Amino acid sequence: MSIGLHHFLFVSLLVFLCGLFTVLTRRNAIGVLMGVELILNSANINYIAFSRYGGGGYDGQVFSVFVIMLAAAEAAIGLAIVLGIYRQFETIDVEATDTLRG
Amino acid sequence: MYAALFYFIAGLTVIGALGVALSTNVVYSAMSLLAALVGASGLYVFLAADFVAVVQILVYVGGILILTLFAILLTHQIAEIQVSNRSVGRLPALGLVVLLGLAMGAAILRAPWHVEPLAAATPTTYGIGDSFLNQYLLPFELASVVLLTALVGAIVLSRKELRE
Repeated sequence: MSIGLHHFLFVSLLVFLCGLFTVLTRRNAIGVLMGVELILNSANINYIAFSRYGGGGYDGQVFSVFVIMLAAAEAAIGLAIVLGIYRQFETIDVEATDTLRG
Repeated sequence: MYAALFYFIAGLTVIGALGVALSTNVVYSAMSLLAALVGASGLYVFLAADFVAVVQILVYVGGILILTLFAILLTHQIAEIQVSNRSVGRLPALGLVVLLGLAMGAAILRAPWHVEPLAAATPTTYGIGDSFLNQYLLPFELASVVLLTALVGAIVLSRKELRE
């Protein structure tokens, strides 16, 4: 069986599910951010697969470059916030930051 | 040969992603993320997206992953994190993920995808640059503003407070 669109979609699906599982189970803020990176990557694989097999020209690749750019911005801000939380609470457990809970 | 290489790279990606999800040590998770990102870059090469593959390596592996490792090492005492099950336990999360996976897998198999015959793989840099400066000029410029804002924001957030 030759490699087709479905192969890439299933790889992307598996990566997405791993990312979702990471986001759901981690209580470590950096772990959650890594799960988000996985989810963004699976979306990128989909974009480029559809761009290749759908004959859509360069649109999918351009969008994936935008996604990579936003992921970089998200990582920079997210990790800066994590460091701030660490300085404030001495931990980066996302359950510990419940100061605003009524 | 082509198929074997594809399965090798796809396996690298999926095993890396599984390592991120299941490893109990966050440093090992970061290393697995490296495998997953490099594997995804290999998939882009398979899909004839050479520019995006190189950008993926440069930005993700060279930037985001290094930043993540810095953050891990700056916030010590997290090497011994335990994946506790107070908020969403592993079992409910696994159930949700499996259900979602089955639904999406069925959708992938059943959807009538519109597949065109493959064009020859040509260098994509010219086309992407052309799109950025014509059709996507406004988002491209906005992206610059977003990156600048993120840069300033990250500096403001992570510097030491100035005490009077």
